[in-house]
Amino acid sequence: MNIDRQPAFTRRQFLSTSLVMASAAATLPAFLNRSALAMMPSLGLSSMPGVPEDHILVVVQLSGGNDGLNTVVPFSMDQYYRLRPGIGIAANNVLKLGDSGVGLHPQLAGIKELYDNGMASVIQGVGYPNPNRSHFKSMDIWHTADTSATGNGWLGRYFDSECCGYGKGESGTPEKNGKPGAASVSNQPGIAIGRTAPLAMQGQAIKPIAFESEDLFRWVGQDVHKALSDPYHKLESRQAPEGDNSNAAFLMRTALDAQVSSDLIRKAVRQRPLVQYPGTGIGQQLQLVGSMIRAGLPTRVYYVQHGGFDTHAQQGGQNGRHANLLGQLSQAIKAFYADLKAQENDRRVLTMSFSEFGRRVAQNASQGTDHGTAAPMFLFGPMVRPGVIGDHPSLTDLDDGDLKHRIDFRSVYAGILEGWLKADPRKILDGTYKALPVIKKA
Amino acid sequence: MPTQPEAPTKAEPGRSGRTTASMTPIKAASFGYNQARHLLWRAGFGGTPNQIQTLLSWGPERSVDYLLDTDKAPFEAVRADQFDRNIIRPPTPDEQAEIRRARQSQNQEALARIQVMQQERENRDRLQAREMQKWWLGRMIETPRPLEEKMTLFWHGHFATAFRGVENSYHMFMQNMMFRANAVGSFADLLHGIIRDPAMLRFLNNNESRRNRPNENLAREIMELFSLGIGNYTERDIKEGARALTGYTFTDDEFTFQRNNHDNGGKTILGVSGNLDGDGFVKAILAQKACARFVARKLYAFFVADIPPLEATDNDRTLDPVARSAIADLASVLRSSDYALRPTLRRMFLSEHFYDDRIRNQQIKSPVQLVVGAMRSLNTPVRSLSALNDACDLMGQNLFMPPSVKGWDGGRSWINTGTLYVRQNILAFLLTGKRAQGYDPLAKTDERYDPMPLLSELAKASPGAEKDPAKVAEYLLKLTLGSAPESARSILSDFARSLNTGVTPDLVTGMLLLITAMPEYQLC
Repeated sequence: MNIDRQPAFTRRQFLSTSLVMASAAATLPAFLNRSALAMMPSLGLSSMPGVPEDHILVVVQLSGGNDGLNTVVPFSMDQYYRLRPGIGIAANNVLKLGDSGVGLHPQLAGIKELYDNGMASVIQGVGYPNPNRSHFKSMDIWHTADTSATGNGWLGRYFDSECCGYGKGESGTPEKNGKPGAASVSNQPGIAIGRTAPLAMQGQAIKPIAFESEDLFRWVGQDVHKALSDPYHKLESRQAPEGDNSNAAFLMRTALDAQVSSDLIRKAVRQRPLVQYPGTGIGQQLQLVGSMIRAGLPTRVYYVQHGGFDTHAQQGGQNGRHANLLGQLSQAIKAFYADLKAQENDRRVLTMSFSEFGRRVAQNASQGTDHGTAAPMFLFGPMVRPGVIGDHPSLTDLDDGDLKHRIDFRSVYAGILEGWLKADPRKILDGTYKALPVIKKA
Repeated sequence: MPTQPEAPTKAEPGRSGRTTASMTPIKAASFGYNQARHLLWRAGFGGTPNQIQTLLSWGPERSVDYLLDTDKAPFEAVRADQFDRNIIRPPTPDEQAEIRRARQSQNQEALARIQVMQQERENRDRLQAREMQKWWLGRMIETPRPLEEKMTLFWHGHFATAFRGVENSYHMFMQNMMFRANAVGSFADLLHGIIRDPAMLRFLNNNESRRNRPNENLAREIMELFSLGIGNYTERDIKEGARALTGYTFTDDEFTFQRNNHDNGGKTILGVSGNLDGDGFVKAILAQKACARFVARKLYAFFVADIPPLEATDNDRTLDPVARSAIADLASVLRSSDYALRPTLRRMFLSEHFYDDRIRNQQIKSPVQLVVGAMRSLNTPVRSLSALNDACDLMGQNLFMPPSVKGWDGGRSWINTGTLYVRQNILAFLLTGKRAQGYDPLAKTDERYDPMPLLSELAKASPGAEKDPAKVAEYLLKLTLGSAPESARSILSDFARSLNTGVTPDLVTGMLLLITAMPEYQLC
């Protein structure tokens, strides 16, 4: 069995159905029109509210190593103030989370509001054994859910395992509930906003779609002369030989994917959002995601990034560099959920934030913090199990100046896979991790 | 009558046989059109039909030596005053006094004025960084010494430093000059140079390292990413290395060694003991076999074949044996020549392995390679360095702004459905002036591209063929892709029939538009 690539037939099917849809959409007002959707049940575009297939996961990556201790502040621990005399957040300024003894950075007011409305959970002390302090290695560990950081991304493996299972027949149709052809939206690749496609979403067969602006998501050459359009589409639709894993074959498959995706996505993002988003990088990225969700794209996973957290020097405390980054995050998340609520899609969307590591407990000589280990994760959405999950790691029982993690991040992934995406985590995560209950009980 | 010996069957590229691991020099007789074209693309940024013919007539040795002897081709030298070194500078004593006075008297107006001036400087510096990106792209397009710029780009990706973390464009320029000066020189000089480089010292926070509180950032990355690779050093080597690097900092634009901030105590790094300083640390690294292997591997991945990263191959234990033995061979040249790059590159560019069918046309072009290569090989107008620079950014390669200290991953990571469109569109822009939204509004979009000179070599080799659309299609495919797949030939011939104009500039440009949008055009 060859697991290097998606069966060619599926791609042909993708292509032909997308052309059907494009022509149907041209004569009908709505982009995603139910009768157009009805033509392609096998592609699972008929998303219906309330069924698990309808769930969406949005991943927010905080790149550079977010300082967890100044994000969720353990203001009740004296040691925090002893080790962070220059950058600690005063207890009376933190946004206290009940009687948990921890509170949010004052710039996280938007997230505090979600928290108060039962739409946020804070998972404390998340990490993994023998933590790696290299940005790249640790980021790869989080992306692959593997401490050796090898293999494909965890979300990529999710797509691979859910989609058109290998050896399940040439149609590539997943045999859900024993009924061939039953809808599953998960064979639609995930979408990453940005210039790069994150490793987390790279599967063996399914690769994410990544773009920064929809205007650049088509070939402008066809505007030069009408005679170019037909040969262009023929050249881009050539099939790579079965089983060929060369770069040339990889490029041919990607070219085919690009054609299919182009129409779908450009139409989706052309709408105006229902609420005003902040003009920040993370705000604009979440606005794009909001518009795609609103357009009814069947995509189940979106990925956005918020960078600049590598605060080795002058990171600030209540104000300053780190505070600004948190403020941008908080405002963007708040606008995103306001938009989703206005769309009546909020209950379909779970958002998860993570960073490759937290930072050392003690500040350094440059009023900053160096690479550390465990840190909190946030989950947002009306369906999360709200509140503070887990205990804060000790600030006195340290591992060479670093926090000892209490929850393995793969338990959080398992909780999301099982509780939200309704997938079997054992098939996706190498090894067995107890699924952390992160979703509200029905 | 003796029977004719059977003609040797020509192996279909990539279809049969195995990649040769032979590092012995290619025979002159085996150095044909495809090999000359390949050398121009890999050791540079591609070449015109005429340049391919020139290398072909020179043969492999002379061609490779021409590319390696970068100082023999005359070209405008880079001048230190090319960019303004004083945009970001330490405040003068007068300015310091003014700032002090304003702070003491809490003169809000003066403080605000100082802040505005500071912001203006930062804005000007950002603009200068952008000018530097365009300048470098322009230099890559114009240079008669392509390998010099290509190696400068290689070192930029290897010792990856980003303007955002340096916040001083002139320091980035100084680093760029250092890379160019040592482009095909010695890796040892580069490694000794990088611990004195203000941009790097700032980027990895060594200027903030203190004798009693060493900052480990530079020591870690030197071993992890610049010289040895994970698994070839210990956490203790990092701690001791960081101590060796204390006191290495800079003042304004100059490297300075702060003796009183340097930890002079005994250290043991990679088995070498003594009162090591930064140079002692670098020497201990260079003495490691793993260092030559690491550098050879990086060169191999950049010039020869996309190989999985070190960490994905169990420290190369699971790497394809052919690649592994080629890397070992290059590493031994590097070691025996005391890290001299010229003999190492010469070995690589002359090897039979380098010209193997399964090595040629298999590498995914970096965005810079794509853009610069298109202009150099097809002679398109430049139109707008600004637009080209923006496109490189969208394709994932922003010069002076690598994503991280790890540099660009390269290979398949350049490609996804989004970047593929940018790649197709920037080529359409170069060929026709048609621009995708977001490109430079000042771009020269009216300038017409004349593709006809490309056909002169075809006319020379086979008079009359330049008037036959099918033969022109085949010729253009071989020029741009290194091969002419049957499926593409027939689609292009159909296109020519649909226009029915004979071979005109518009037809040739149209064919080039289609070819450069083909998935295979992303390879070299």
